[in-house]
Amino acid sequence: MSTVFTKSAPGREGVWPKQPEHDLSDLLPAGLIREVPAGLPSLSELDVVRHFSLLSRKNYGVDSNFYPLGSCTMKYNPKFCEDVAGLPGFARLHPLLPQLPRGDELTQGALEVMYESERWLAEITGMHDFTLHPMAGAHGELTGVLIMAAYHADKGNKKTKIICPDSAHGTNPASAAIAGYEVVSIASKDGIVDPDALAEVLDDEVAGMMMTCPNTLGLFEKNLPKIVEMLRSVDALLYYDGANLNAVMGKMRVGDAGFDVVHLNLHKTFATPHGGGGPGSGPVGVCEKLAPYLPISRVVKDPSGRFHLRYDYPKSIGYVAPFYGNFGVVLKAYAYMLRLGREGLIKVSENAVLAANYMRKRLDDVLEVPYDRICMHEFVASADKQSHKGVRALDIAKALLDKGYHAPTVYFPLIVKECLMFEPTETESKETMDQFVDDLRDILALAETDPAAVQAAPVTLPVTRLDETAAARNMHITEDM
Amino acid sequence: MPYVPHTTADTRAMLEVVGVDSVEELFAEIPQTLRPKSFDLPAGMSEMATRAKLEDLASRNSTNLVSFLGAGFYDHYVPSAVDALTMRGEFYTAYTPYQPEASQGTLQAIYEYQTAVTRLLGMDCSNASVYDGGTAIYEAVMMAVRQTKRVKVVISETVNPIYRILLGTYTVNLKLELVTVPHVDGATDFAAMEKAVDKSTACVVVQSPNFFGCVEDASALFAAAKAQGAVNIISAYPVMASVIKTPGAMGADIAVAEGQSLGLPMSFGGPYLGIMTCTKALVRQMPGRIVGRTTDSQGRTGYVLTLQAREQHIRRQKATSNICSNQALCALRCLAHLCLLGEEGLRRTASASIGNARYAAGKLAKIPGVTVLNNGPVGNEFAIRLPRPAQDVCLAMIGRGFVPGFPLGRYYPGLENCLLVTCTEKHSRRDIDILAAWLEDEL
Repeated sequence: MSTVFTKSAPGREGVWPKQPEHDLSDLLPAGLIREVPAGLPSLSELDVVRHFSLLSRKNYGVDSNFYPLGSCTMKYNPKFCEDVAGLPGFARLHPLLPQLPRGDELTQGALEVMYESERWLAEITGMHDFTLHPMAGAHGELTGVLIMAAYHADKGNKKTKIICPDSAHGTNPASAAIAGYEVVSIASKDGIVDPDALAEVLDDEVAGMMMTCPNTLGLFEKNLPKIVEMLRSVDALLYYDGANLNAVMGKMRVGDAGFDVVHLNLHKTFATPHGGGGPGSGPVGVCEKLAPYLPISRVVKDPSGRFHLRYDYPKSIGYVAPFYGNFGVVLKAYAYMLRLGREGLIKVSENAVLAANYMRKRLDDVLEVPYDRICMHEFVASADKQSHKGVRALDIAKALLDKGYHAPTVYFPLIVKECLMFEPTETESKETMDQFVDDLRDILALAETDPAAVQAAPVTLPVTRLDETAAARNMHITEDM
Repeated sequence: MPYVPHTTADTRAMLEVVGVDSVEELFAEIPQTLRPKSFDLPAGMSEMATRAKLEDLASRNSTNLVSFLGAGFYDHYVPSAVDALTMRGEFYTAYTPYQPEASQGTLQAIYEYQTAVTRLLGMDCSNASVYDGGTAIYEAVMMAVRQTKRVKVVISETVNPIYRILLGTYTVNLKLELVTVPHVDGATDFAAMEKAVDKSTACVVVQSPNFFGCVEDASALFAAAKAQGAVNIISAYPVMASVIKTPGAMGADIAVAEGQSLGLPMSFGGPYLGIMTCTKALVRQMPGRIVGRTTDSQGRTGYVLTLQAREQHIRRQKATSNICSNQALCALRCLAHLCLLGEEGLRRTASASIGNARYAAGKLAKIPGVTVLNNGPVGNEFAIRLPRPAQDVCLAMIGRGFVPGFPLGRYYPGLENCLLVTCTEKHSRRDIDILAAWLEDEL
């Protein structure tokens, strides 16, 4: 399909404002005026509508396809939440209004949404305080690590290292490194953190450890109390990567379990859409001793029930976002929490875990499941056996695309060979999962009899497999004029 | 329960397959000592009741003021089709395009976005976007630090102060030397900037139009900085970029921008769009996702995420950045907006906004005691000095339903009497006439 630039017809009218009264040459000196046009397309509104409609049909999304992408929590994104986020009273609100004199009074509704969202998240996780400012999960990690660094600096601790398990998301080590720390990786045992491996690297220079629980294999970290105790002994902090909070709402609170800092992904657990790769939102919660270091501004409620933004926190790490985070995303998550309430949130986790275990049991006779025991919200399988016949995890993933499903996550976590990671989420019906299992079983049967057919997939999509090596070598990343 | 489809019979059947009697058994590995000490949350509400609550909250925000507030975040008109197209579920309920064959819609759109913003800013390359304009400046500075292996960052005080604070937070644990060069009546002090640049300078950072609205040409500074081996970074305003001298034409190595003004609602501070472009020479230092064009096994054109070897999921702690997402949906809105307005529509938007600012500056300068801070060329905003504190005047004007601008004293000590006034194409001459009349009344 041709690009939008090749569809351009110079002079064709789009959604134009009326002709301005002034010529540019009356407004700006000649030397400051742009010399050559930008080369943006000239299209009619219908041209544009048709172009984007065509593009949309080349995409899988949760609205049209089952999307069991492990670790990504591709649950249904309620239309209602999108709708209320667009209310003009929120969408048209300028972020600098509260910085005007008595500006808090102009934005009471938005400040209440922020305050209440923080309280909900604090109660769900058992943390003392929250900031909504981080604009994505990885941004939450950076914020969390900066808070840890500020705590240690304030206490005069000389800390240089952060520990990450080998099953961690790549963002964990990257965030720690960007905040100025040396990263120490430790190996897992039986799929979970090994306290002995931790003991080997733990010393006074360790600032903290980053953990996901349940971890990226979908397993609960049952040595957690021991790990907390070990870290406390050297005044190291425990960081919770909230990527998998959707498994444990109402079953465990990370604050109660001893975590000091946590980031959540509202675009996972709280059903805000992934948008093809963003925007997300990565609020950070802290225990009481870390609250002074949270980013500013902070929203507070006065005794009369009015809300205010405050900046007078001398130990704060400062600004991590230009304003108050991705407010529009927070608003959708708040609407979702209000809809579900206490019981609904517990049911989210229960049904996410039930669905994952159901799919695991329906598949463990045809796919190797390296940790074949009760899992949390997702499970990891291996196509190692199939790969000996030439059908790799990637081939199975592509064959699933042909059947109209998005593929599971492949080759992550890195510690399982030919890894396929499934996360059905709580919003998919038993019928959908059953049909998926049947279709996947068909693919695995075909892998035995006709491996080449699976290796050729996909064949029903707008393109077949793409040459990524050529893409990196030739680097066509913009269209030539 | 909303959004969970299982009937009692479904649940029973699934439990049976799993081989447990109850859902609670699935959580048996969580020891009692780790169970929640509390989970005190309200009961759920119907969709209708939740809507009523949120509509009530929305009504407690003042969005009916006539506002001349901008300062980097702008209320430009957004065509209806932007919402209609980007609210298609195939776009917004998709994940990151890691399975390219099933994500050609997102991928082609990002490729087109990269092309559009690259052309708009007169640069060579773009990534798929970062969180916001401030993060883009931080990432640009880090690119320069990696590229030059130097640590000194020379930044003008006329760069959005919020972004400068953000840069300070992000880099606090890194051994960088941030040198901020004071403004002169709202203009960038190019001579002082040039003097501050030496062989240890990683980059210079400027903004045009700057925070005070002044349209400036950094060409001479950039030439001088380049001679010292520094990287030239500029923060732009993409609507204005359609009509003013481009970052590329000035010799910028990295041009970044807040993309909110291209089709995104103000939405109380986010989600926004960090536009990030650079020269070919720097592309491998660029953080975040990049989409490239390639071919499939049958020779057909297709698009993939490319140069991923820079990224955290491959490189872990050695990655160029920890960023692992982009603002894909915001970038899609930006692209749709640019396509709907087209070259001519965007130029008209810019010209009408500048024209309104020119008209407003003329009206306000006629008020006794009011002066324009800087008489140089401006885009769609300008700073004025009032005879008394801008905060007080602002408060009085809000009482009349007008936000007259942004009081500058908050970020610029010494400018307590100054106000930054912003116009867009949405203001009418009548709005501006009333602003001037009532401001005169208040002074």
